[in-house]
Amino acid sequence: MDWSWLPKYLPQFGYGLIITFGLVVATMIFGLLLAIPIGLVQVTGPKWLSRIARGYCTLMRGTPLLVQLYILYYGLGTFLAGYPELRQSFMWPILREGIYYVLLAFILNEAGYAGEILRGAFLSVSKGELEAARAFGMSPWKVLHRIWLPRALRNALPALGGETILTLKATPLVTLVAVVDFYGVADRVRQETYIIYPPLLFVMAAYLIMTFIIARGVAKLESLVPNRR
Amino acid sequence: MAEKHASKTVNGTLAVEVEDLHKTFGQLEVLKGVSLQAHEGDVVSMIGASGSGKSTFLRCINFLEMPTRGRIAVAGEEIALKQGRDGDMHPTNARQVERIRTELGMVFQSFNLWQHLNVLQNVMEAPVHVLKVPKAEAKERAEALLHKVGLYEKRDQYPSFLSGGQQQRAAIARALAMQPKVMLFDEPTSALDPELVGEVLRVIRDLAKEGRTMILVTHEMKFARDVSSHVMYLHKGLVEEEGPPSQVFGAPKSARCKQFVSGLHH
Repeated sequence: MDWSWLPKYLPQFGYGLIITFGLVVATMIFGLLLAIPIGLVQVTGPKWLSRIARGYCTLMRGTPLLVQLYILYYGLGTFLAGYPELRQSFMWPILREGIYYVLLAFILNEAGYAGEILRGAFLSVSKGELEAARAFGMSPWKVLHRIWLPRALRNALPALGGETILTLKATPLVTLVAVVDFYGVADRVRQETYIIYPPLLFVMAAYLIMTFIIARGVAKLESLVPNRR
Repeated sequence: MAEKHASKTVNGTLAVEVEDLHKTFGQLEVLKGVSLQAHEGDVVSMIGASGSGKSTFLRCINFLEMPTRGRIAVAGEEIALKQGRDGDMHPTNARQVERIRTELGMVFQSFNLWQHLNVLQNVMEAPVHVLKVPKAEAKERAEALLHKVGLYEKRDQYPSFLSGGQQQRAAIARALAMQPKVMLFDEPTSALDPELVGEVLRVIRDLAKEGRTMILVTHEMKFARDVSSHVMYLHKGLVEEEGPPSQVFGAPKSARCKQFVSGLHH
């Protein structure tokens, strides 16, 4: 097996890793932030908002991420390009870059999945604990951010860990809209050197290690607040 | 009756006053006009069969349940109520209720400790985040209370790792940490294994001896007889008999009450 390409491409893999890592982190953070209201309104109502949130989750979970990505990239991207004022504006360098559409697509998609997880997690917190919070004079907002949300997030942690791993494994999709992530460098190696399998085996091993690190990290987090039922 | 209570306390101030409380769940009228006066230092026990409305009554005092009709005042302050669309009364001012609730230390049947916080954090949580007590002070107070209920060694444990009796004692410490004017106990030993009941009752008994004002919903007849200054026997949403424990347990006027207290004595 020919591994001669490795030293030359290693810096590029390093750069790709930063893209992949940044994408996963940003997706999980912003996806989760969006998911909190999406999950919460499905539990608290009002009904019309709850319906919208549920519809949103169904849409995001019921369609392929790749299609969502294409719709944003080609659809929205082309739509925005139709506005000359935008093309002249300082925003254009950002709006032109595939990575931002990728980010948006991943975050919106994750919000759908995590929204569904958090809906269940909010429901899983016992009514009595929330009642106790109210009984000690907490305002609804305080009940949410001191008791309900932390409890729900703790319960959702294993599922969210799984989501993080799924997100990581979905990131190679971004190569389809001309973003070079960690996997993208392996593509590049193939195009430039015609060496196919060694780069693929290399990225495979690397993803396996990343997955392992995430799983260990989540397990560590879980052990901080033990949950026995 | 108010005079009789006043004689037992220093100043006889009314800590809790409930007047003509009604509560309807759908078609079912659970409370049909129950009144209660608890002066400072009183220990009022509410007894009665399941479904008599005693827990609902207690939960109305801090508005975990909205009364359908009635007046509630805590430490002389009446809670402003208005008719809601659901037919129940609702507080006009959420802030007032939140403030009043800090004066009422509630202990639940199922403990309801916050599972994501350890014992010490459970006790510190509301003082720090509701009353804005400085953390160091809240910690000191919490540790003292945990000593008192015999859980200092367990302060770093999470609730799910404690026995029911330990959880309930932690819950009592959590309520005491608010330095409430009145403690409300909603069947505090009903969810416990029989061998764990004693340790919780001991803590409550100590509180009674200290002269704490308490309203206690309980099935522990002997305990109610021992610690109470006033006992109310509820039957089908009405006070069937009330008075000092010697009367309610010793010489009840109501035949039903007599049957109830004797049935539970053998």
